Amino acid sequence: MLKQTEGSRAVAEAVALCRPEVICAYPISPQTHIVEALGEMVKEGALADCEYINVESEFAAMSVAIGASAAGARSYTATASQGLLFMVEAVYNASGLGLPIVMTVANRAIGAPINIWNDHSDSLSQRDCGWIQLFAETNQEALDLHIQAFKLAEELSMPVMVCMDGFILTHAYERVDMPDQAQVDAYLPPYEPRQVLDPNEPVSIGAMVGPEAFTEVRYLAHAKQMQALERIPQLAAEFRSVFGRDSGGLLRTYMTDDAETVVVAMGSVLGTIKDTVDAMRQPENGGHKIGVLGITSYRPFPLAAVAAALKNCKRFVVLEKSLAVGIGGIVATDVRMAVTGMGLKGFTVIAGLGGRAITVKSLTALFEKATREELDLVTFLDLDWKAVNKQLEREKVRRRSGPVAEALLRDVGVVGARNY
Amino acid sequence: MSFQPVKFYQTGTFTVGNRLLAPEERSVQASAKRFNSLNSGHRACQGCGEALGARYAIDAAMEATDGQLVAANATGCLEVFSTPYPETSWQIPWIHSLFGNTAAVATGIAAAIKVKRKKGEQAQDVRVVAQGGDGGTTDIGFGCLSGMFERNDDVLYICYDNQGYMNTGVQRSSATPPAARTATTMAVGPEPGNVFGQGKFVPAIALAHDIPYVATATVADLRDLEAKVRRAMEIRGARYIHILVPCPLGWGTASQETIHMARLAKETGIFPVFEAEHGEIKSVLAIRRQMPVEEYLKPQKRYAHLFGKQPNVAVIARLQAMADRNIKRYGLLGQGER
Repeated sequence: MLKQTEGSRAVAEAVALCRPEVICAYPISPQTHIVEALGEMVKEGALADCEYINVESEFAAMSVAIGASAAGARSYTATASQGLLFMVEAVYNASGLGLPIVMTVANRAIGAPINIWNDHSDSLSQRDCGWIQLFAETNQEALDLHIQAFKLAEELSMPVMVCMDGFILTHAYERVDMPDQAQVDAYLPPYEPRQVLDPNEPVSIGAMVGPEAFTEVRYLAHAKQMQALERIPQLAAEFRSVFGRDSGGLLRTYMTDDAETVVVAMGSVLGTIKDTVDAMRQPENGGHKIGVLGITSYRPFPLAAVAAALKNCKRFVVLEKSLAVGIGGIVATDVRMAVTGMGLKGFTVIAGLGGRAITVKSLTALFEKATREELDLVTFLDLDWKAVNKQLEREKVRRRSGPVAEALLRDVGVVGARNY
Repeated sequence: MSFQPVKFYQTGTFTVGNRLLAPEERSVQASAKRFNSLNSGHRACQGCGEALGARYAIDAAMEATDGQLVAANATGCLEVFSTPYPETSWQIPWIHSLFGNTAAVATGIAAAIKVKRKKGEQAQDVRVVAQGGDGGTTDIGFGCLSGMFERNDDVLYICYDNQGYMNTGVQRSSATPPAARTATTMAVGPEPGNVFGQGKFVPAIALAHDIPYVATATVADLRDLEAKVRRAMEIRGARYIHILVPCPLGWGTASQETIHMARLAKETGIFPVFEAEHGEIKSVLAIRRQMPVEEYLKPQKRYAHLFGKQPNVAVIARLQAMADRNIKRYGLLGQGER
C-alpha cells in the first residue's frame, strides 16, 4: 500500500509486519521514533504477542535481546551513535553466540564533541563485530531491508544491522510502498533457532572456549558472512518476486558501463551523488563519463562484486561519511583492497561528518577535480581551512588553549551555521 | 514466615537436624532424587561457598518449578569453574553472556517465555533465575540489576557474595568489607586493607525498589536458603536473594571452615539475614549465640593485619560497631518475627 510517512514510522511498521516477539526500547536520537511507534503498536494491540521492554540502557537493550533470542524469540532493537557504542560488548556477544537479532542503526556521529547529526561513524566503528551491516539508500529500502534482514539473520544464525541515515531518512516524510502481512508472512518463515534454552533439552550456551577451538569458531563466523555474500543477492531476488521491487542486494551501480570515474558511497547520499552525476553527464556540463557504485552490504564486504563494478573505470572516488583518524577512509580501505592490482587511481573523500550537508555544488567541483585526477589521496570535503589554521595557530601560541570545539565555533560564528 | 529456624537445630548444636523433619520437609539435597543442577566434577576450590550455595539454591528452584528452569549466569567464578567447554556441570538450560548484563539477559529470557506461552507455543511454564557473584551484581552488573528490579521483571536474581573479585585474583569489590585485605586494598601503609565509609549493601538497595521479594542468606543455614528460594519461586516479579558465600581463597580461611565462617558472619551480626516482601522486612534470622567480631575476623588471613603483636583494637572496634548497627537496625537479637 502506498503511503506518505516518516522513515522511522515506515521502518517500525515493517518491523511489526515481521512479527517480532521481543522489542527492547531505549531512546536515542535519531532512532527514537522507531521504538516509539513500535511501543504504540504493542500497547494498542496492533502488534500482538510481542513483549515491549523499556530498558535502562542500550547495553541492557542488547542484553535483553540476547536473552530473548537465546530463548527462541525473534528479537529487535534500534539504536544510534553513543547508544551503539554503549552496547558494544553485548553487540560482539550477540554475534559470537550466533543470535539472529535485528537492529536498526539510525546512523549518527560519535562524540566528543557531542553531535546528534548524521554520519556513519557509529556503525562503521562496529565493522569487525561480526554483524552483517546493510545500508539503506531510501526509506523504501530501509523498510524493505528490515524484512530481508530477519530472514537473512535467522537463516544464518547471525545478527544483522540495518543502517539508515539519521534524520535524513529517519525523519523524512516520503512515499513508501508498505507491504501487507500476507506478503511478509509468505517471505519470512517463523524463527527456528539453532540453539535454544529449553528445560526439556538443556544446553549450556556461552561457556569458555580455549585456543584449541577459538580460531575455528571465529573462522566459521567469517565463513557464514561469506555465505551471506551469496545469500544477500538471492534474498533480494526472492524479495522482488514477492514484493515486486528491487531492494537490497550487495551493491548497485548507476551509469557505470562507460564511466571513467566512479563514485563509491553508502546510504542516502547516493541520491545527491546520482543527481550530480546526471548533471555532469550533460554535454553542456562537460559530458563527463562518471558513474556511481552504491554499496548496500558493508559487512560482508563484497570484494569481488566491487572489483567487477569498477573493472571498466580508470579512477574511483570513495565518498564516505566516516573517518579513520590517522589513516583516512574506512570504506575506502575496503574498496582499495577490492581493486588490488587493477591499476586504478583511487581517492578518498571524507564528507558529511556530524551532519554537514553534502551539496551538489560541492560534489560537482569535487568530481570535476577527480576526473582530472587533481584530488589529494584524502580530501575533507568543504573543510574550513581558515578555521582549522586559526586553531592550530592558537594552540601554538597558548598552552591552555581551551576546548577545541568551542574555539572553532567562536571563530566560525553562529551565523556560520547558515552555510550548512 | 516461611521458615522456623530453631526447630531445625539439634539441641545444643548448630547442626541441621534434617532427620528430625517429616520427609516432605527435608532438604532437597537429602533426597536421592535431587536434581544435581550443578553437577559434581566442576573445578571450584575446596570448600567453595559459592558452589555450595549455588547447588542448594538452584536445586531448590528446580524443585519449586518442577524442573522447568532456565539460568543466566554472569562471568565469574561460578561461570568459570562450572563450564569450560566441552564440559559443563549444568544440568539445566544455562547461558553465560557477559559480566555485567546477567539481569538483562534474564529479562529477555523471561520475556521470550511470556510471549511463547501467550502464543500457545510453549505448554509448560518455565521460570528464570539469574546468578552472579558480588562483582557481577553490586558493581558491573548493577545498572542492569536495578533495571530488572524497577521493571519488576519475572526473574529471581541470586547474588553469591564472597566479598571480592575472587576469579581474577581477589580484588576489591563494592561488597568488600572495610579493613579486608585484597589485591587492590593491600595490607600495607598506615590504614591497611579496604577503607571505611565505602561499599554498599545491595539487599538494602533491592528493598528500596519495593520489589516483591528480597532475602539474604548464608551457606551456614542451608535450610533457610532453600526455604527462601522456594518462597521466591512462589512469587512473580523481580526477586532478589543475596547469599553470603565465604571464599577460602580470598578470605584466607581453611576450606573446612566455610560454613563456620558463614555462621560466624551471621552470629556476630556482621551479615544480617532477613526476608522482605514489597520493601518491608518480614523476618530476620535471629542471632542464636552472639559473638564478638574478633571470632569472625581472626581466622581470616584477609584480616591478619588486625591481629599482629599489637591488635588493632580501634579498627576491630569499628567493625564491631558495624555489626552492632546491623543488630540494631535489623533486630537480630529478637525472636526473628517482625
